[in-house]
Amino acid sequence: MAMDAIQKDLLEKVADLHEVPQGAYNIRANGEAAARSTTANIDIVTKTDKPGIDIVIKPFTKNESVHIPVIISKTGHSEMVYNDFYIGEGADVTIVAGCGIHNTGDSESRHDGIHTFYVGKNAKMRYVEKHYGAGDGNGKNVMNPTTVINLEENAYVEMDTVQIKGVDSTDRVTTAKIAKGATLIVSEKLMTHGRQVATTKFEVDLDGENSATHVISRSVARDESKQLFLSNVNGNNACNGHTECDAIVMDKAVVSAIPQIQANHTDASLIHEAAIGKIAGEQLTKLMTLGLTEKEAEEQIINGFLK
Amino acid sequence: MLELKNICYSVETPDGTKDILKNVSLKIDDRFVVITGPNGSGKSTLAKIIAGIITPTSGQILLDGRDITGLNITERAKEGVSFAFQQPVRFKGITVHDLISLAAGKELNIGQACEYLSEVGLCARDYISREVNESLSGGELKRIEIAMILARGTKLSIFDEPEAGIDLWSFQSLIKVFENMHDTIKGNILIISHQERILNFADRIVLLSDGEIRKIGNQEEIMPLILNPNPVCEQIKV
Repeated sequence: MAMDAIQKDLLEKVADLHEVPQGAYNIRANGEAAARSTTANIDIVTKTDKPGIDIVIKPFTKNESVHIPVIISKTGHSEMVYNDFYIGEGADVTIVAGCGIHNTGDSESRHDGIHTFYVGKNAKMRYVEKHYGAGDGNGKNVMNPTTVINLEENAYVEMDTVQIKGVDSTDRVTTAKIAKGATLIVSEKLMTHGRQVATTKFEVDLDGENSATHVISRSVARDESKQLFLSNVNGNNACNGHTECDAIVMDKAVVSAIPQIQANHTDASLIHEAAIGKIAGEQLTKLMTLGLTEKEAEEQIINGFLK
Repeated sequence: MLELKNICYSVETPDGTKDILKNVSLKIDDRFVVITGPNGSGKSTLAKIIAGIITPTSGQILLDGRDITGLNITERAKEGVSFAFQQPVRFKGITVHDLISLAAGKELNIGQACEYLSEVGLCARDYISREVNESLSGGELKRIEIAMILARGTKLSIFDEPEAGIDLWSFQSLIKVFENMHDTIKGNILIISHQERILNFADRIVLLSDGEIRKIGNQEEIMPLILNPNPVCEQIKV
């Protein structure tokens, strides 16, 4: 299926792709498979029982990447997709997912996805997910991603999620189960504007001895948008858990942070940090003494914060 | 040249109006002018008034003859006023490289940024990509603050207690920075300081006391007044 200019733009926004990517990929456009490529080590198979794909990465696959962007340019398109990822033992891979919606109509466009990862023993995975919305219609852009991560012994996962613009409503759920010696690092960047609503919830079980997690959420809420951050880290063994929610609130926006940490083991070490506040006046003043206007200073501070 | 004419600044307190600065008039056209005086004498307030951060209650500020009293912080910065904060500000996510580039008004390459950082005794390789956040010490921030003023290269540079927090770096190095800065930029440098060694290097010293200029002069004229600061109260020995 050939892609038009709007679809190519969405693809660039969510996957930094200008052309078809190197390595394995699966591009889904308006609910249909637009392009797919597999490699000797990475297979992509369409599910037969429900919409979605299985991505199977052979053990010890090194330095390969998989791109699985989803783009929706048809107003009123709604879909629910199930993607399962099997990362073999000792593999070291990067997975780039993302969803871009361009909605110029009056109906809601919606992408709900459940990504389930099975990360094998000693495997390393970097998972990047970008969400972006555009279009000048009255139809809402809605994305509700659920991510389920199972880390086996000594696995290491870095998850970077970014949602900067144009998503009217999002309800993000990330759950993880972490085995012995495994580590999960999550970095979330979120900006809401207008009347957007974003909820993001983390539920992490540190099950194995010496398992660890570090969840960092940085967000900016502008205009009349609303954000809710929930995190729940359970230390079920000798482990280290750290969650951090840092938000800048502007205009008439509302931000709530509800942290919960629970130690079910005496050697569990858990920390939560949460900070919500406006941009510090002295930061604006400093940048203004460098010749920036107040507006430019504000943009610099936000861009840096979400970088 | 900077000229202050009858600058007054007062604030309302529960006990009534408090005058922070009283009719301060001053011309700054030397290389290095140091404003000194006891705590609470109004030094930092005066510096902030020049940078546009505080609006004076009355008075006039002229930069090279042009009235800049009504200009805001940004406009004054563009007119050629730089201000190094006494307590530098931290920014999450903004790197040393970003800040120096913003100060320079253009994207600097690593080599260019390195010139400014090495001038203040920091190795660019170690610092260029660092975020200007809690991971930097007060002394490191202070040097980066000075490097930003170097990168700006404006006709007037104001430093509010530049020596505070950089004890491990010698005063001599700091003075050398000011000298090099003047050789390169040829502007006026205004320093707020208590430090004798900085006072010794000034071309002119302004002694502020209780919001008023007590005296303007050279070291010989000012030092005796500083060493005997409070003729009003004989009880104060130190």
